[in-house]
Amino acid sequence: MAGYILRRLWQMVPTLAGVILLIFFVFKFFGGDPAQILAGQVASQEQIDVIRRSLGLDQPWYVQLGIFVRDIFTFDFGKSWMTREQVSDIFLTRLPATLTITIPILLLEVSLAIPIAMLVAYHRGALLDRVLMAICVAAMSISFLVYIIVGQYVFGFELGWFPVQGWGDSFWKNLVAYAPLPIILATLVSLAPQTRLYRSFFLDETKNDYVRTARAKGLSDPTILRRHVLPNAMVPVLTNVALLLPGVFVGSFLLEIFFSIPGLGREVYIAVNRSDYPVIQAFTAYLAVITMFINLAADLLYRLVDPRIQLL
Amino acid sequence: MAAILDITPENAWVALGRRLQQDRAGAISLAIVALYLFMILLAAVGYLAGGWSEEVGVPYANPAFLGDRPNLEAALAQRAKRQRGHVPDLSAVDPLAPKYGEWEKRTEQLKTTQRERTLTLPWGGDQFGRDVLAKAIKGSQVSIAVGVFAALFATLIGTLLGALAGFYGRWVSDFLEWVYNVFTSIPTILLVFALAAVLRSGPLGQVFASGIWMVVIILAVTGWTGMYRLVRAEYMKHRSREYVLAAQAIGASAASRMFVHILPNVSHVILVQLSLLVVAFIKVEVILSFLGLGVPIDMVSWGTMLAEAQTELIIGKWWQLAAATVFMAIFLTAFSMLTDSLRDALDPKLR
Repeated sequence: MAGYILRRLWQMVPTLAGVILLIFFVFKFFGGDPAQILAGQVASQEQIDVIRRSLGLDQPWYVQLGIFVRDIFTFDFGKSWMTREQVSDIFLTRLPATLTITIPILLLEVSLAIPIAMLVAYHRGALLDRVLMAICVAAMSISFLVYIIVGQYVFGFELGWFPVQGWGDSFWKNLVAYAPLPIILATLVSLAPQTRLYRSFFLDETKNDYVRTARAKGLSDPTILRRHVLPNAMVPVLTNVALLLPGVFVGSFLLEIFFSIPGLGREVYIAVNRSDYPVIQAFTAYLAVITMFINLAADLLYRLVDPRIQLL
Repeated sequence: MAAILDITPENAWVALGRRLQQDRAGAISLAIVALYLFMILLAAVGYLAGGWSEEVGVPYANPAFLGDRPNLEAALAQRAKRQRGHVPDLSAVDPLAPKYGEWEKRTEQLKTTQRERTLTLPWGGDQFGRDVLAKAIKGSQVSIAVGVFAALFATLIGTLLGALAGFYGRWVSDFLEWVYNVFTSIPTILLVFALAAVLRSGPLGQVFASGIWMVVIILAVTGWTGMYRLVRAEYMKHRSREYVLAAQAIGASAASRMFVHILPNVSHVILVQLSLLVVAFIKVEVILSFLGLGVPIDMVSWGTMLAEAQTELIIGKWWQLAAATVFMAIFLTAFSMLTDSLRDALDPKLR
């Protein structure tokens, strides 16, 4: 186990190096001259030169790459070009707001999609199954934007059940007052694709021999589904949840933009609009690292769920 | 015996067409998709919705079926126009006053035409009085074109790299797996945002200032990984099959084996994945255009329509939202169902 973890950590090194190279060269070759962007439309050559020197842009590219690597490992990306705020501070102060809405979304959608998928898998081919699946396909064809626009208008503006947007300093007030509407909307939207997927996992399992054996010894269908199929279907379900996990960091950027939630996703979007390169670079690098660790954690989780899986 | 040998195998694509026809849901969705393609073809050559950007109606013109609805916004705009003539005389303090006469003269030299603005439009008007129905048709053209072109480019990248990795294995595969790991360890939306940032403000910003190509490139560069994985797995399966070894024995080159012999045998996997990509990319394009990172402002897509719809909804003008949503939902539903039918028709196990 320890050997496995060590080897996986070792394998992250080339990937991380690739991520750093990719980010560096994308911004270096396609990003234009940061000094020109910073100085604005009317700037003298001296001003541009001063900015260029202060950012280290007068150095050769390998020195700049060295500075970039050092920034990543010392968690010091300097200041945002636009707000002069420390980039690491931006990251840490925006993270709680994001997690306040994404973690409830993830928990809700998984705990709702599994029973619904079991229900339709149990009634497979029947009217209920076909109607629910047709609704799922149609629901998936409508843009997430439409759900947010209409949901915010109807429940926030017309009916006034929830605040239209906003965010406060108290965690509980945020969770109880401001977060529910975005959470409900996102859960409803992700329910359709999740249900469809989990239904197919359950149906795949029901084709197995052990299901036939269980039926032959006289178990009822609900018992088979709950006691035998569910534990086995949890393996692909968990795989899918692991794929969703990195999304808890920036996956809710649309919700954050619409509901003015000061989270990571909204911050990146603002940074893109301001051409605030340090913020974009730092967020991309850190989230890549976080994604790698989440994937490792997910692989370790499989072992807990399915003892047959050998970690080699 | 001779009779049996005379049977020519059915062409795979003819068989696909036959199977799609037998599948009723598949046939209907195929018809809808074909209808859309016909519509955007007409829009592309200008026969349909060519004048989407002309202000043909009053601001927020009512839909024809709601002609009697009070239109406060249009009335306000009319009043503002009438009052423009009675500006109080400020020439004593206005530093620009001496120039007004000269500007008046210059204005008169320009030819302007007054257009009669209609009070109602078939499916209503937007804030400038543009026809929402024409916008939805033109928007379909842009959104679908972005989705299709981006999916084609992503397929090209993914298939080429996947074929190389799966066919050659060894260090080629190791290197491409590394590239794949790098791309997939960065959350897609961050990669999209980063590319949008550099392509907009970098030196290429001028090149992509107009047209759909910036979004297409962003989507293709970030979206090829799934296709790569699938194609690589298929090529690994096929490269040591007998027909490939036979081709090698008669002297087929590596490139010929890869693209003449193996490619047709994995094309069904690519085709299904391609249509899944079209749906996914259209959804992303709509979001990017909504955020102002997608198509340029002189174009209309379903995303830019939704961006306007957000504020319109508050003053009760729901028709632009409805038009964009309905056009998009029907196309994506039909296309998704067509993909499902395609997968069923192409899956050799189900035959």
